[in-house]
Amino acid sequence: MKSASGAHSGTGSWLLQRATAVLLALALPGLAIYFLTALPVDFAGWQALFAPQGLRVLLLLTTAALALHAWVGMRDIFMDYVRPTGLRLGLYLVVIVVLVGSVAWLAATLFNPALWSAA
Amino acid sequence: MKPIARPVHLDLLRIHLPVTGWVSILHRVSGVLLFLALPIGVWALSVSLSGEAGFRQLSDCTTLFAIRIALLGLTWAFAHHLFAGLRHLMLDAHLGTNLCRARQSSAAVLAASGAVTILVAWRLFA
Repeated sequence: MKSASGAHSGTGSWLLQRATAVLLALALPGLAIYFLTALPVDFAGWQALFAPQGLRVLLLLTTAALALHAWVGMRDIFMDYVRPTGLRLGLYLVVIVVLVGSVAWLAATLFNPALWSAA
Repeated sequence: MKPIARPVHLDLLRIHLPVTGWVSILHRVSGVLLFLALPIGVWALSVSLSGEAGFRQLSDCTTLFAIRIALLGLTWAFAHHLFAGLRHLMLDAHLGTNLCRARQSSAAVLAASGAVTILVAWRLFA
C-alpha cells in the first residue's frame, strides 16, 4: 500500500531542505557580519541596528526559512530514531509548536509598533 | 535450527566511526542544538529590545562564564552545520564523491569548524 502522504513527498522535502539551505548559507553569514561588526553597542545603538524595515523583513524571512529547514531536519531525525508512531507524532507536534511559536514571536518583536514609533 | 552466530560489535571501545561518519552524525547533533537555540534566541532578542533594563540584563549575562561557554558551543554548532551542509550540497551535485575526496572534505569540515571555534574562543576568553 502506498503511503497516504503520496509517493513524491520525499522529493519535495529534499528540495525544500536544499533550497532553504542555500538561502540560509547566504543570509546568515551576512546578518552575522552586520551585527557583529557593530559590537559593542549600547541600547540605543542596538535598537538602531533593527530600525531599517528591510533588515527586519530579511531577518523574519530568514527565520521562516530556518523554521522550514529545521522542520525537515527534525522530522528526518525522528523518522530515523523514534519508532512508536504516537510518540513520533507527539514530537512532531512539539517541533511545530516551537518553530511556529518562534517565528510568530519574532514577528511580534520586530514589528511591534510601540518599539519603532519613537525610532 | 540454531541461528548462525554472527559477530556483533557493540563494544563501544572497538567501534570506530570513519571521519565521514563523524561529520554526518555531528551535522545532526549540531542541527538539534541550533533548533533548541532558536526559541531561546528569539526570547533573548525580545528581551534585549524590550527596553534599557532588559538590554542591560542580557548584556550582563554575556559576561558569565557559563553563558560564554554556551555561546561558544553554539558557534561550533553553527560553523559545523554550515560547513557540513555546504559539503552536502557539493555531494548532491556529484562533486567529490569518491572515497578519498569524501574523506578529505570531511577532514576539511572538521578543521574549518574547529578553526572558527578556536577563533571565537580567543575573542571571548582572551
